[in-house]
Amino acid sequence: MGMQNQRRVYGETLEELGSRDERIVVLEADLRNSTMTALFQRAFPERHFEVGIAEANMAGIAAGLALTGKIPFVNSFATFAAGRAYDQIRQAICIGNLNVNIVGSSAGLSDFGDGATHQAVEDIAIMRAIPNMTVLAPADGNEVREMVGAMAAHDGPVYMRLNRNDVPDALPAENTFRMGTPVVIRDGKDLVVFAHGIMVSRAVQAANILAKEGVSVRVVNVSTLKPLDEAALLDLAQGFQGVLVTEEHSIVGGLTALAAYVLRGQGLPLESVAISDVFGQSAHSHEELLEHYGLTAARMVETARAMLRRGA
Amino acid sequence: MAITDQEIAELKEVARKNRIDTIDVTGWAGGAHIGGALSMMDILTILYWKYLKIDPSNPDWPERDRFVLSKGHGGVGHAVVLANKGYYDPAILRDFNKTGSAFGMHLDGNKVAGVDVSTGSMGHGLPMSVGLALGARCKGEDWLTYVMLGDGECDEGSCWEAAMAAAHYKTGNLIGFVDRNHMMIDGPTESVMSLEPFADKWRAFGWETREIDGHDYTQLATAIEFAQGYTDGPVMIVANTVKGKGVSYMENDPAWHYGGLSAELIRQAKSDLGEG
Repeated sequence: MGMQNQRRVYGETLEELGSRDERIVVLEADLRNSTMTALFQRAFPERHFEVGIAEANMAGIAAGLALTGKIPFVNSFATFAAGRAYDQIRQAICIGNLNVNIVGSSAGLSDFGDGATHQAVEDIAIMRAIPNMTVLAPADGNEVREMVGAMAAHDGPVYMRLNRNDVPDALPAENTFRMGTPVVIRDGKDLVVFAHGIMVSRAVQAANILAKEGVSVRVVNVSTLKPLDEAALLDLAQGFQGVLVTEEHSIVGGLTALAAYVLRGQGLPLESVAISDVFGQSAHSHEELLEHYGLTAARMVETARAMLRRGA
Repeated sequence: MAITDQEIAELKEVARKNRIDTIDVTGWAGGAHIGGALSMMDILTILYWKYLKIDPSNPDWPERDRFVLSKGHGGVGHAVVLANKGYYDPAILRDFNKTGSAFGMHLDGNKVAGVDVSTGSMGHGLPMSVGLALGARCKGEDWLTYVMLGDGECDEGSCWEAAMAAAHYKTGNLIGFVDRNHMMIDGPTESVMSLEPFADKWRAFGWETREIDGHDYTQLATAIEFAQGYTDGPVMIVANTVKGKGVSYMENDPAWHYGGLSAELIRQAKSDLGEG
């Protein structure tokens, strides 16, 4: 299984998209070599707008560009893209339902070295709460490639979060991203796991471990957090003994909350392997943080065993 | 002479009617941001009746000039201007701010013909206007973006982020106004949060800046024509105005930032404005 860097795939895809569609414009707030919009900037300097360290202004300018028919991609670290520019995203972009794409780079705990200030554990919650917004969290590099094209084609505001580090390919080659549709990437019949982002490949690892114990696990990639085909999610959980949700995000306002809402009244046991309502912290590696916060296949296996024991 | 005496007389009459209609709509709505709507009315009138390249019968005309009311709470005045300019039937404003009406307190560009940009939260109009100006430049189109800021609004840091960006990108197709009525909700701007030396701040941020009397049509015409001809960068016209202009009991009283109007207050306002 290969590894890819979502930021690099994003930067390359954006450049490729830019060569096909001159409506694509890119806004950057002094992080172009990290967000990888430097690739677009080199190819199309006249369509790349550096705004300096001014994320709110960047979002506002993007709204204006969208009003002229351009398709802006706004870039920063996820915590600044979603947090610092929140009011501009709400007021200037989402109320007008403008065609602005916001890309939150180094999301989750993936900017391990910089600590809580730079780690977005609540970006999905913030963005999901705004009417008209679409929220995406790609599982791997291949899905980033598909999502960027879908974002450009979609009319309306979209937020996508990206991992900072190289991540394993999680999806089969034939996977085709469809906005709003949860996709089964490994089927099973006892337990269903709903996951997004880096936790999808970890859920597959957990499913492989559980398979050896005779537990059959279905893993579903829920890479669109909004708008979600809720009926599809409900269907995918029917007949299972329990539901495990996992995400590199706070339990507040992310997939955990979403799944609990969609599955309400079904009588299905539901557990979550996610970040409890706390900030991140500095570390020497992303893996170290994932271990610390329990975002591991091992924790999923333990949680699944406990849930099935209770259900038996 | 940029503007003739006859034009000035005609524009003043249009502005007078716009102010009276704004009083009526405020009365129908049960209350609105009347003080700031009246202070900016001469600027809106000269823009819409003399300088903006627009076609009310074709509100989405791609070549039109864009107007951004960054001080979105002045929507009641803007709504009247658009109605009297022919974008829609003025009678529709009887439902202003009612549930289900297309006309909310802060105008929505997806619902109201002639409104280029939805505004309402302070400090967003200038960044969006910079985006419009850059978009026009990208596309090689020669329409202009006009933006109206409130003075109190300029407390917002995003205004100055955008001011910096506009100068950096030398947006010669962007013309700004500040409705400098010196009042905000909590009192005079200089007691709430000092803005002065205000015009110098815009100059320091790289804007070609003019400071004028925002109720003087000769000064307005001169400043606007200068701005239209200046293409090296953005121009800011700091227009000194009177909050509640034209209505005796409202002028320079911050209490009239927002207010409802009894029949007696409406009668008095209209009398002040030379009607009835």
